[in-house]
Amino acid sequence: MIRKFFLFAVVLSVSLSSYAQDDMDMLDDLGEDSTLIEYASASYKSTRIINAISLENTAEGVLDLRISHRFGTMNSGAEEFWGLDNAITRIGFDYGFRPWLMVGVGRSTYEKAYDGFFKAKILRQSTGAKNMPVTLQLFSSVMINSLKAANPSQDLFTSRMGYTFQVIVGRKFSEGTTVQLMPSLVHRNFVETKTEKNDVFVIGIGGRQKFSKRAAVTYEFHYVLPDQLASQYVDYSFSVGVDLETGGHVFQLFLTNSAGMNEQQFLTQNTGDWANGDIRLGFNISRVFTVKKPKSE
Amino acid sequence: MKKIILVGALMMLVSGLQAQKYFTRSGQISFFSSTSMEDIEAHNKTVTAIFDSQSGAIQFSVTMKSFQFEKALMQEHFNENYIESAKFPKSTFKGVIEGASDLDFTKDGTFTAKITGKLTIHGVTNEVTTTSTFTVKNGVITGEAKINVNPEDYGIEIPGVVREKIAKELEVSMKMDFKEKK
Repeated sequence: MIRKFFLFAVVLSVSLSSYAQDDMDMLDDLGEDSTLIEYASASYKSTRIINAISLENTAEGVLDLRISHRFGTMNSGAEEFWGLDNAITRIGFDYGFRPWLMVGVGRSTYEKAYDGFFKAKILRQSTGAKNMPVTLQLFSSVMINSLKAANPSQDLFTSRMGYTFQVIVGRKFSEGTTVQLMPSLVHRNFVETKTEKNDVFVIGIGGRQKFSKRAAVTYEFHYVLPDQLASQYVDYSFSVGVDLETGGHVFQLFLTNSAGMNEQQFLTQNTGDWANGDIRLGFNISRVFTVKKPKSE
Repeated sequence: MKKIILVGALMMLVSGLQAQKYFTRSGQISFFSSTSMEDIEAHNKTVTAIFDSQSGAIQFSVTMKSFQFEKALMQEHFNENYIESAKFPKSTFKGVIEGASDLDFTKDGTFTAKITGKLTIHGVTNEVTTTSTFTVKNGVITGEAKINVNPEDYGIEIPGVVREKIAKELEVSMKMDFKEKK
């Protein structure tokens, strides 16, 4: 009888204890959903670091109106109000056709340039069911200089064109830290002297460091491999700035030694020297409009 | 022999007492914010939830990054600035369906039940109470409920510039199709 009672007690307590345990955290019982993939998002606040294209794309169905200014150089002195009297402007529109594909067009006062580009996301940083350490993007742009020809008889439309091809590999290391590498090839159809190369190789690095939920420091540097450019263009583009977010706008304020905003211009036609005070204040303003609402599944 | 029968009978009795659990991994939670400036809504269709029909214990887990907004920028702001999804990836609810043992979740029908529990969003926990409707049909239990959530109660700061665009109280609605957990 005692043995039976003992057995009863054991069975009951085992059953009850498992029952009680289940009650405490039933979700753990279910386990994690192993099919979830978590993609890295918001690695930058904007689709540009400063001049360079960032890892972020304009979202699908979103139109981004971008207005960018580069003031004159600060070493121009009081007469030019340290550069603020002059400004170079680019107005452009970017659009996200697919989550992985964005295109853009723009017009800049610098060289009266028209430009267009596309950027495709090939790899997407993710964790979970699919682990991908980096995001990889392919970027290509074309620029057309529309300045009046100095010598109209020799003016060919094709000689006004230049192309940039870029691979962007980057990683959002933490909530606040993103770093990317940007090797580029710039092809100019026309160069002024024989010593200049039509094809120019450039390696760039850039990133951002957030210091609050709505503000971040950004930087980028582009190193042009030697013996490719004419001597006046060997000042490498370097920019440092802050990203400020206010509602629907992202406001980027920075210092740069580059005047042009197109890849070809700031990579291969950079004349500013930081040491010499050829520093420009600049800003990019972005305003997004949702043109096509995402399909609800 | 008698002993084995006795043990067997006891086990059956106890397992019979042991409650049945129902769960889903595709529960839906939506929230709405309506102001004169802007309407905001977001949907999440990947909510994990489980309840015990005997004890009435009920739990949800909501991956905050899975909320889909109409505007991509809203979604980014929700994750980056308000919910801080990287720091607080999940919201949870742990509560009790009152009088669950008197409810029959196995027979087709509709009934309501009061649910009380603790809701944790953005790392802050508050008590919530709601009345849920349960509809049982062909072994699927559909639970529906609504609650109002005040972002400030969960330590979510909304800056003055956009305060007028976000309602003081968000209406959160839930709909889950629970299936028996085997």
